[in-house]
Amino acid sequence: MQPGTLSTFLKRGAIWGFIVLELIFFSIAGEFLSVSDKAFINVDNMLLLFKQSAPIGIIAMGMTIIMVNGNIDLSVGATYAISAIVMLDAMTWSMFAGLGDGVIPVAWILALLTGVALGALNGLIVWKTGVDAFIVTLGSMLGYRGLVFMYNGEQPTSHLNWTLVDFAEAQWLGLHTATWFLLVVTAAVWFLMNKTVHGRNAYAIGNNRSAAVNAGIRVGPHMVINFMIIGFLAALSAVVFYSESGSVNPNDGELYELWVITAVVLGGTKLTGGAGSIISTFGGVLAIQLLRKGLSHIGADTETVNLVIGLILIAVLFLDRQLNTKGKEELKV
Amino acid sequence: MAEVTKRMDIGGFLARQGILIAFVVFMIGFSIANARFIDPDNIMGVVRSSAIMGVMALGVTFVVISGNLDLSVGSMMSFSTIVVLDLHDKIGPALAIPAMFALTLCLGAFIGFLVGYLKLNSLIVTLGMLSAIHGLTLTWSGGKNMDIADKEGTWFKVFGQGDALGIPVPILLFALLAAVLGIMLAKTPFGRKVYAVGGNATAATFSGIRRARVVFTCYLLSAFCVATAGLIQASRSLGSQNTVGQGLELEVLAAVILGGASLMGGSGTIFKTVIGVLILGFIQNGLLLVGLQFYVQFVVTWVIIILAVWLDIAAKRGKLWSLIA
Amino acid sequence: MSDLTPVLRLEDIVKTFPGVRALDGVSLTLMPGEVHALMGENGAGKSTLMKVLGGILKPNEGRILVAETPVVMSSPLEAKAKGIVFIHQELSLAEELSVAENIYLGELPRKRFGLVDWATLETRTNAILEKLKVGFDARTRVGDLSIANQQMVEIARALTVDAKAVIFDEPTASLTDAEKVVLFDVIAGLQEQGVGIIYISHRMEEIFRITDRISVLRDGSYRGTVNTADTDEEAVTQLMIGRKLDLTRNESHHELGDVALEVRGLCCGDLFRDISFEVRRGEVVGFYGLVGAGRTEIAETLFGLRDPSAGTILLDGQETVIHSPTDAISRGISLVPEDRKGQGLILGMNCRDNMTLPQVDDLKAGPFVAEGAEVSIFDQYRDRLDIRTPGWKQLVGNLSGGNQQKIVIGKWLSMRPSVLIVDEPTRGIDVGSKSEIHNLIRELAAQGYAVIVISSEMPEVLHVSDRIVAMYSGRIMRTFTSEEVTEDNLIQAISGITPDKAA
Repeated sequence: MQPGTLSTFLKRGAIWGFIVLELIFFSIAGEFLSVSDKAFINVDNMLLLFKQSAPIGIIAMGMTIIMVNGNIDLSVGATYAISAIVMLDAMTWSMFAGLGDGVIPVAWILALLTGVALGALNGLIVWKTGVDAFIVTLGSMLGYRGLVFMYNGEQPTSHLNWTLVDFAEAQWLGLHTATWFLLVVTAAVWFLMNKTVHGRNAYAIGNNRSAAVNAGIRVGPHMVINFMIIGFLAALSAVVFYSESGSVNPNDGELYELWVITAVVLGGTKLTGGAGSIISTFGGVLAIQLLRKGLSHIGADTETVNLVIGLILIAVLFLDRQLNTKGKEELKV
Repeated sequence: MAEVTKRMDIGGFLARQGILIAFVVFMIGFSIANARFIDPDNIMGVVRSSAIMGVMALGVTFVVISGNLDLSVGSMMSFSTIVVLDLHDKIGPALAIPAMFALTLCLGAFIGFLVGYLKLNSLIVTLGMLSAIHGLTLTWSGGKNMDIADKEGTWFKVFGQGDALGIPVPILLFALLAAVLGIMLAKTPFGRKVYAVGGNATAATFSGIRRARVVFTCYLLSAFCVATAGLIQASRSLGSQNTVGQGLELEVLAAVILGGASLMGGSGTIFKTVIGVLILGFIQNGLLLVGLQFYVQFVVTWVIIILAVWLDIAAKRGKLWSLIA
Repeated sequence: MSDLTPVLRLEDIVKTFPGVRALDGVSLTLMPGEVHALMGENGAGKSTLMKVLGGILKPNEGRILVAETPVVMSSPLEAKAKGIVFIHQELSLAEELSVAENIYLGELPRKRFGLVDWATLETRTNAILEKLKVGFDARTRVGDLSIANQQMVEIARALTVDAKAVIFDEPTASLTDAEKVVLFDVIAGLQEQGVGIIYISHRMEEIFRITDRISVLRDGSYRGTVNTADTDEEAVTQLMIGRKLDLTRNESHHELGDVALEVRGLCCGDLFRDISFEVRRGEVVGFYGLVGAGRTEIAETLFGLRDPSAGTILLDGQETVIHSPTDAISRGISLVPEDRKGQGLILGMNCRDNMTLPQVDDLKAGPFVAEGAEVSIFDQYRDRLDIRTPGWKQLVGNLSGGNQQKIVIGKWLSMRPSVLIVDEPTRGIDVGSKSEIHNLIRELAAQGYAVIVISSEMPEVLHVSDRIVAMYSGRIMRTFTSEEVTEDNLIQAISGITPDKAA
């Protein structure tokens, strides 16, 4: 066994171990503390878990690409809200009135295009100005949120289309529509990152940017594409969620970036870029949702969830560092 | 050749002083659009309403110059506000204030320990603390809004609503803290070490500077500023929601970046941060006065932040567009 | 050879930077199948020339001809497409990716829809790895390889294209002897295929072993080309430095005082073992050895940057434990570190603030920094070390290498240490400043400082040291006085050959 294999194994498997621990803990604690009589691990509960993971999970897949690239995107929550508004509002536009239910795909496409466009804007600014992605998306997080408000003031935007609701609430092979979307996105992004030249280049750029540049990889357009992907996924997440709920508040999606980044970091993606796995991010998403559900199952207040997740995020960071230190002789800087 | 040098000098000057110039242009523009803008009462009002965010920005300036981030200040400010309001009725304002400061400083010390001594990534640590402190606040308040019973009789309201020498107390607190911290950063050995640690942490360590201690102190200072901001907020409203500070961390960071501090650390000043804070405040106010909604401010802030940082780095690399292929 | 077309020809290349003429009319001809050494001191312009050749820098004047056709190269990629391949000294690998992905970085074979053609990738990579006779395969993660094997991956990149010219920049710096043999075989193989090879190295024995011709640069200008077979080390050195290599030993000993620093049995993991030596006041002790012999690590341990796993350190006869640089400084130890820009200076800070940084806590007027006192310290050391800068407000990042190094030295002299450690004091510094710094080190010893000089340059150690400690692979092989040291026995010691084995 090569040195470092054990810690690598621990790190790769850690998120699944953590999920198992959560399941055991909440099952046992549930016996004593549960507010409901149902067992924690039951089929309906777990199916619901997947469905509820979808909005964050779909965006988290995009965030993994961005973070593997060595960037970050703080504007996903605002993009999510704008796309939702575009979708719901487009269904009421008079020019689509003749389409009947045919308006649904049109509204979806408009929403997805909005997401892609906003992502492209972020990406272009990062590329052309050379300003750090953290600052660019910090700015557009405010800016895009401003656009959300400008669209419809502080009023919620609502439109219920029952065909759409039926579609969103449908179950196929026992899984909800949202779950299917999450699974398909996960599979697609996994494929992108592991099987395509674009995905391998994403790792190369995050790992050693100057080497990638010297090898002729065009970093700028590459990053723009990734920002377009995360914009698309933020919009897709909105499409999936608001097809069912039918009403969006201008504040919706706030702090989503926090949840998404937490899931990605829990999944072991390196902050400096270059390393990260889609499957582990999927684990990170499930772990967070499990924690939320579990804590409410044992009757903890919703507020405790924030506390626990914050501390777990820090603990993960600490463990990761402990596993990576080389020993006592290391230079102390 | 001389001509080119001169042109570059003007460009360099514009880039260096860009933030001040932008400030002046804004002031003139809004003044023309609406004469009420330069009314002393209006200006006082703007400064006063910027004071809370401004006080927090002072502390964050230290953290950013030392090469770190603090995204937890908004949720920490909610915590301070809720705690001091709750304790006000339980143990009286005279004890509530020091107790709230002590608790907030504990939070700052915890973050400082994690980032300084354990060398954990400050973005993730403070992101985690944003969530954790929010949870702590909700647990403290039981999720309910917090109100003071006797809103008329308490002297506690002086920090948010009082005047001294004809100047609102929040402005005085902001000015006082800005002066003290500005001198601390520019003139004391500690301030020098903050720049050194942010400029090159390895070289600072090789020069015998205890990086961990400097970073720790920066987070303590940041927590102190947050506690002061919470005090002003609580005293001004005498009642509060649990989410009063939500999102402020970004506004604060925007002000600091607008002031020209680099997120890489090692550069920035308190004076420039104050300018950044005032610009954000005046934009907000100016847009309202010319009849635009508050949320237009979000979009304008976005554009300004990107432009400010862009021009700053463009001046450093001597080229407008980035070198990324 | 003259009947062949050169694969690569440089004609009167001029490259200027603001205030510097980095390359001044350099010409070079590379024939097919020859190994051509490019030599010169640090700062002679080798790396600038290579950057011009690689399309990273644009020359102001002159032409580059590939197979007698003038070309303009604007990126490393274009250079590679024209058959000019670089093996860089600093590794440019993505550690998380596999060996195959690194070798074909930027040009992964594709199938439809942008998919990676893994089968082709692996076949091609394994074919290349076969030639290199390495012990890993295409799927190995680069981060799991040793530094030497990573270097091999870098070399493998050159074999992916139909190269006309391959440029090796110090390729053996981190290779073991066995790995070097493999590398030389690879080079010989390329040679047979008619590839021209430019070989940059400081190591004379390699140059004389594998090269056909040697071209020499000095201070940015071309000094001539010689056939390796017709010359010897001394002649080449003379070309490089413009005079004979000054291997004179230090002969003036100062009066030695008490033992200032004594080290007994110091160990630190695998980095170094069982280190014992002493330094007296007024004495300069030189530490000589190859890169990686553990010299810098000893200095870092003495300065509190590493915790020793065993052994004791005595200062003025008192046993001391040093936990941090702050401890070390307060006990009178100063370290001028190896990496000037990374460890020695804060480039975005002005000269004065850099110089007074370690003592900023002591220079106080009330609660404030006493700026007057700072300026006078700066002025004193600027005059004493002859630092050329427009004023103390100048950012250190804008100074030349020599002046930067003097700022670092000034910073530590102003602490008035009892033990001064200087690690590679003249790396990347021009010849003039070099001898100034050497004189300064002797002068400091004369004033009663105990000085440790770590250096990889033999003339430097010979020149400044009263005694020389030779290190090999984490151990002290032998300690010489300046009377008994010779070039030969020093080289033997740092190569791990003990006197009895040699005999």
